[in-house]
Order: sequence, then structure tokens, then C-alpha cells
Amino acid sequence: MIALMKRDLQLALRSGGGFGLSLAFFLIVVMFVPFGVGPESGVLARIAPGILWIGALLSCLLSLDRIFQLDYEDGSLDLLTTAPLPMEGIVAMKALAHWLTTGLPLTLAAPVLGFLLSLPSEGYLWIFLSLAVGTPALSFLGTFGAAITVGLKRGGLLLSLLVLPLYIPTLIFGAQSVTLVVEGQTNTSAFLILAAISLFTFALIPFAAARALRVNLR
Amino acid sequence: MSIWEYANPRRFMRLTDLVLPWATAGTVLFMAVGLIWGFFFTPDDYEQGSTVKIIFLHVPSAMLAINVWFMMLVTSLVWLIRRHHVSALAAKAAAPIGVTMTLIALFTGAVWGEPMWGTYWAWDPRLTSFMILFVFYLGYIALWAAIEDPDTAADLTSVLCIVGSVFAFLSRYAVMFWNQGLHQGASLSMDKQEHVANAFYFPLIVSIIGFVLFFITLVLLRTRSEIRARRISALLARERQG
Repeated sequence: MIALMKRDLQLALRSGGGFGLSLAFFLIVVMFVPFGVGPESGVLARIAPGILWIGALLSCLLSLDRIFQLDYEDGSLDLLTTAPLPMEGIVAMKALAHWLTTGLPLTLAAPVLGFLLSLPSEGYLWIFLSLAVGTPALSFLGTFGAAITVGLKRGGLLLSLLVLPLYIPTLIFGAQSVTLVVEGQTNTSAFLILAAISLFTFALIPFAAARALRVNLR
Repeated sequence: MSIWEYANPRRFMRLTDLVLPWATAGTVLFMAVGLIWGFFFTPDDYEQGSTVKIIFLHVPSAMLAINVWFMMLVTSLVWLIRRHHVSALAAKAAAPIGVTMTLIALFTGAVWGEPMWGTYWAWDPRLTSFMILFVFYLGYIALWAAIEDPDTAADLTSVLCIVGSVFAFLSRYAVMFWNQGLHQGASLSMDKQEHVANAFYFPLIVSIIGFVLFFITLVLLRTRSEIRARRISALLARERQG
């Protein structure tokens, strides 16, 4: 399992896609918001948590179709299924590798971009924490979507249509756990539910995704 | 004699041959009675005036919108566990009906909301949940349309339906956490505490029965045509081989 993860990470790093692209996309989305709504810092501060979350979510979406597509095309996915590793384990490792190459950099970059959007300073810690806790759920759900669409020739748009609705609860509780703090309320319940959703996806999504992969490899 | 015998397509066809005319007749009867009674023979509400009559379309379609998804969940589970083709086809047949019902509920709600709340749309939890349900339906239908092999499509859509149900349910509560609502409480409930007035209650029940029969008729018709389409493609495949 660790070898598989190392391999995925190396592939992502060396093909020059992973880290850079989704981070750059995140930056561009955040940069476009002031162009769209105007540069007043009061408005920006109010929408900053939501914008950062939506930006992170969209950047996460961009690299989803790569999770299985390349391995499916060159046949290494078939080889992996014959390895003495349960399919669920493979899926979990793939999701983890996806998170390390997209979710983690986004999380680290978010407070800085929050500064650009004049997010109040109480929000820095929580945008970091909520993304750190929430983006793994995005990767796992995305892996499920990728597993469903892996056999399709043009699955990209369909993948977004399938995965985005699944992101709704994560987005709501993630953005709320920042917004509530900025507004000076307690965010304990929002943050705990966000964590619960993440743990729930870790526990169950690998089974659903593995099932979908087996169907596609049949 | 168990219910699973009707999972055999031939038995299913024979049974539905018998049921369909009755279901169709029932649909016409109940919908006509419910809607005509509702629209023309109920008093205007003292607050809402005649707009209250949208309830006879809105409540049944909203009920169906949710319950059709639930039926798809059950049939998906049946397909995954017992692999009855009729079950998968019924789920496929139900989805477009469900999405239409969701649209009807959203549309009639908007038409009613404009004079009553002063707005066609508000980001109220119930309204938002319906919008979310609509998106889930779209994804499900798009996935059916995208995959060519019927068994693969049935498998993947079933898995999607199950995962989607969990997350649609989660979204419902997430949305309630996120915003307080304008929408009134349930129009009907088991414990008679907060019912609509009797003058509206009985025609409403009749039109709900009408809508349910309408759904049953459509789902049976569509499942039958799916089965026939499947038979035709099997025949064509055999012809090509032979």
C-alpha cells in the first residue's frame, strides 16, 4: 500500500501536473472574485470563507479524472487488482495520494489567499483547520466519482455532475465553521459535523468506489 | 407464491397487462375528481385567496418527488442484491418521472410563492433541498445515458443511487443548519395536529391518490417499454450471430 502511494505521488510530481496546476487554479479563482464583485474589503471579508471553500472544491475537482484514468488506459489498474491488496485499500491509497497532491497544498495556501480577500484574522486558523479536515472528504468522494466514470471516453463533465452534489454537506459545514467564527459565534457543532462527514467518507466510500471499479474492470 | 416471481420479465409483463388498464382508469378518475373538486369546488382561503389551490398540484408532486427517489433506492438495492433485471429497469424508468415531479413541485411552489411570500425563490431549506434533489436526479439520469452496456449501467447507477441517497439526506440536514426557512410546516401529518382544513383535506387526499396512480401507470408503462427494448436488442444480437 505504501509502495502504491509512493508511486502515485512520484507520478504526480514528475508529470508536472499535480501540485502546481490546482494551486494555480485556486489562485486564479480567488483573484477573479474581486474582479467580479468589486474590491471593497467589507464585501470581500463577508464572502471570503465561502469563496475559499468553493475555490478549493473546484480545484479539487479538476484533477479527479486523473486518479484512475491513466492507470486504466495503460492497464496498470488491471495489474493492481491481481495484487494481494484489497480493492478498497487501493482506492483509499489513491484518494490519499490525491489529497496529498491537491488538498494539502490548497489547505496550506488558503490562509494566505484569505489574507488577499481581507478575511478577518480570526478566520485564518479556522479556514486552515476546516480545509485540513474537510478536503480529505472531497478527495474520497471524488475518488468514488472517478471510479464510476473511469470506463467512459468523455467522463469529465459527467464526473463533475455526479460529484458536485455529493460535496454539498461538506461545503456547507466547512464554510459555516469559518463564517461562524468570523461573525463571533461558536463553531463547535459545524466543525464537529464536518469532521464526522470526513470520517464517514473514509470509512464507507472506499467500499462503494471499489464496487464501482470492479464493475468497470469486468 | 412470493413477490420475487414477478421479477421474471414474462410474469411481470403478464401481470402488468392486467394491472395497467385499471391503473390508467384509476389515474384519470382520481386526478379528475381531485383536481376539479380542488380547483372549482373548494372555498378560497381567508388569507391566501384562490392561490391556495396550487396545493392540489404542489403537495402530491412534492411527495412523489421524494418517494420516487426512495423507490429507486429500493429497486437499486434489489438489483445489487438479487440481480433482477426488472428491478434495475424500473429504477431507470422512474428517474425521469421523479425529476419531472421535482420540477413541478419547484415550479408550482414558485408560482404560489410570488403572491404569498413576495418572491418566486428564496434560499429556504425546503426549497434548497428540492433543488439539491433535482441535481441528484440529473446526475443519475446522465449516468444511465452515458454508459452503453446495460448491466454495467445498472450496477453503477445503483451504487450512485445508494451513495447519493446518503448524501441527499445529509444535505437536507446540512441545509437546515445553514438557513432558517420561510416554508410552512407539513400540510399533512399522521397525528392530525397541524392539518389543512377539511375543505381542502379531502380533495387533496383524492388528488394525491390520483398522482400516485399516475406514477404507477407511467412507471409500469416505461418499464414495459424498457423490457421490450431489451428483448429487441437481444433478438438483433441473435440475428447478427446466426
